[in-house]
Amino acid sequence: MQDIVLLKDVYKVYTMGDIKVTALDGVSLAIKKGEFMAIMGASGSGKSTLMNILGCLDSPTQGKYYLEGIEVSRFSKNELAEIRNKKLGFVFQNFNLLSRTTVVENIELPLIYGKKISKNDTDEIYRIIRILGLEGFEKHYPNQLSGGQQQRVAIARAIANNPTLLLADEPTGNLDSATSTDVMNVLCDLNRTMGITIVLVTHETDIARYAGRVVVLKDGRVLSDTPSHSPGTPAVHASCETVP
Amino acid sequence: MTALFKIALRAIMRNKLRSSLTILGIVIGVGAVIVMVSIGQGAKVFVEKQLESLGINVLIIIPISTTHAAARGTTGTITLTAEDAYAIARECGAVGYVSPGMRTTTQVVYGNMNWTTGVSGVGPDYQIIRNWPLKSGRFITQRDVNTMAKVCVLGQTVVTNLFGMLDPVDRWVRVNNIPFRVIGVLSAKGQSPTGQDQDDTVLMPYTTIQRKIMGVTYINYILASTITTEARFEAIDQITALLRQRHRLRPNEENDFTVISQVEFASTVMETSQTMTILLGSIALVSLFVGGIGIMNIMLVSTTERTREIGIRMAVGAKEKDILFQFLIESTVLSSIGGLIGIIFGILVSKLVSYYGGWPSLLSSPSIVVAFLFSNMVGIFFGYYPARKASRLNPIEALRYE
Ligand SMILES: Nc1ncnc2c1ncn2[C@@H]1O[C@H](COP(=O)(O)OP(=O)(O)OP(=O)(O)O)[C@@H](O)[C@H]1O
Ligand SMILES: [Mg+2]
Repeated sequence: MQDIVLLKDVYKVYTMGDIKVTALDGVSLAIKKGEFMAIMGASGSGKSTLMNILGCLDSPTQGKYYLEGIEVSRFSKNELAEIRNKKLGFVFQNFNLLSRTTVVENIELPLIYGKKISKNDTDEIYRIIRILGLEGFEKHYPNQLSGGQQQRVAIARAIANNPTLLLADEPTGNLDSATSTDVMNVLCDLNRTMGITIVLVTHETDIARYAGRVVVLKDGRVLSDTPSHSPGTPAVHASCETVP
Repeated sequence: MTALFKIALRAIMRNKLRSSLTILGIVIGVGAVIVMVSIGQGAKVFVEKQLESLGINVLIIIPISTTHAAARGTTGTITLTAEDAYAIARECGAVGYVSPGMRTTTQVVYGNMNWTTGVSGVGPDYQIIRNWPLKSGRFITQRDVNTMAKVCVLGQTVVTNLFGMLDPVDRWVRVNNIPFRVIGVLSAKGQSPTGQDQDDTVLMPYTTIQRKIMGVTYINYILASTITTEARFEAIDQITALLRQRHRLRPNEENDFTVISQVEFASTVMETSQTMTILLGSIALVSLFVGGIGIMNIMLVSTTERTREIGIRMAVGAKEKDILFQFLIESTVLSSIGGLIGIIFGILVSKLVSYYGGWPSLLSSPSIVVAFLFSNMVGIFFGYYPARKASRLNPIEALRYE
């Protein structure tokens, strides 16, 4: 199976005046197509920094990042924007939907910056809206929706351009446990039925159990990298990953 | 691009009050430019028309030296004769038409009405030189001049004051207690550039004034038209040479006459009105500039407020130029709407000004087009900095912005 993501000895150093903060300290990682991976770790361990690099929002200070075999670590801002548009989808803790913009328009957003929206795309958008159970909310505004619904819209937007990699930084961080379960089931579903590769950051082991693989970071390094079939996992929470 | 247009329009619609206030700044700026320029242009055309009424190719020869006017006293005023005028007409090639001129002020009486006015004695070519059409009747002929006929032609102001609605042609008026037959009425000419009412005049053969009214043999001035505007310098030289010779002036003697050209006077007046247009226009431009700063201000606030939105757009793949264009389009649309409304507003105001203020205004389509293009440029110019600032945001920081 092809590696969708390949990180080779990636460093990220933030310089603030005289102080240097090494947020990533030599991270190497390979993610296969169809994987559902969780990243855990204490606050400040570099999870978001890693996600930003995976998401092509930022470039590593040192090291190489191959996305589907293409080295993107030295890409220009414009090229990175293109990659984000074509290959990546984001889900954020605080949803990050455009306010005063309808659900459909929010979901369509990635397509505006790709190419012209065709009839096919419109059909696809409505298919995604159905998959995420958002029928009837198309013309609603984000502030008219519950947190769980907003996160569903964000997920719909993230998959609108049919990305190869979906990145979710604490997607359940702002949700209660019932809604969290709901959102995680949606992600599981996308992973299982559409084969979308997912990388998720979380603080909660309960959430991490949905993933087939858990990577723990500590001080910018990979502390452990294990399949998540830990004993005592409730059956309903069993990993839903398609790849064994 | 159409998608970016939609985004920009939606952003404008979302904040209606703010957008309207921004637009208002441009409306006032563009409106002011239109009003000022049209008033300035109107004034220019007004002055031009007045100068035309004076006769642009006209030279006036007066019997007085410019340098020794005071020293010479009254003796200077009797040096010109009608023969001088005829000699100029005969011998100066650059001169077209010539008319001797007499001038006095006296009372004109019709029935029980009387009116004090300037009475001019002229020759038959006076009408051509002044380019002054008749409203009715006929003008003074050479025969009238030769016979010292007691006939006169009246200006509109005199007609109004003596005759009211009556047609004065073939009626009799008394000037200095001598009955004169009215042979013609001049069309209205309006004010001269110096503000005199040119229609407050009575014209009669200069010979009649000389003999019947003033009892003199000299003339007060000579009016001459040059064949072209450019020929005026040549004409001045020819007249000067001829009159010096006729007046038997020795080479070391001063001229005992002065030739005045209207062109020089005209160009001074034109320059003044040109300067006024530029001055008014630049004051208006300042207000357009202020409107532009208003746009910049609003766009800066708006880009800061929408930092998160910019971050989201960048995360889903908006490139720098997408963000740049989105905000540039927004500011340009704002300023263009302001420009259009400003043009309409400017046209209305300048119409009102010319209607109520009696001040002429002239709306030229180039100035409207220029004002509109200028308002677009204001949008691009003042929108560029905020738009660029937005497009250079770091997506990670923008996404984290509260
Ligand atoms: N833009 C930045 N400038 C300077 N230092 C930064 C920047 N972003 C992150 N850091 C530092 O890098 C380290 C890793 O931060 P990061 O946000 O990746 O942690 P995290 O694991 O996501 O933490 P949390 O669980 O709190 O979200 C921290 O020490 C943080 O202070
Ligand atoms: Mg984080």
